[in-house]
Amino acid sequence: MELKGKRVIVIGERDGVQGPAIEECIRSAGAEPVLVQTQCFV
Amino acid sequence: MVKKIIDQYGKDGVIVVLGSPDADSSELYAETLINGDPSWLGPLAGVSLDLPVYHIMEPEIKSQIDPAVYKEHLELLEIALDVEKITEGLNRVRQG
Repeated sequence: MELKGKRVIVIGERDGVQGPAIEECIRSAGAEPVLVQTQCFV
Repeated sequence: MVKKIIDQYGKDGVIVVLGSPDADSSELYAETLINGDPSWLGPLAGVSLDLPVYHIMEPEIKSQIDPAVYKEHLELLEIALDVEKITEGLNRVRQG
């Protein structure tokens, strides 16, 4: 799956990879984040 | 929220990237976003969005990230997450 040019829904998790970190990474690959969330189940 | 985004943009060219910490939670997210909420409780109950779902650490996704950005945000986490199991779990759901 090529990320470049894709719109991306980011679902991060506090105990895994957080949303803003994923956002930075996919931006560097040329994708556009359209929703960025970080779930927390504590 | 996801349904709102799909209503706004449509499904074409939209993918989901997860940052979940283990295989079980990744599978559950993928199941919900592909086939609908398996617990039939949330807003995606009975809603089959059939979205492409990937984890940020999967080799297919990781290889496209700028190495400097990867190093800053993900390199340390790679030690803590079982990427192989997460990928296996997601493949299971993606292949139906």
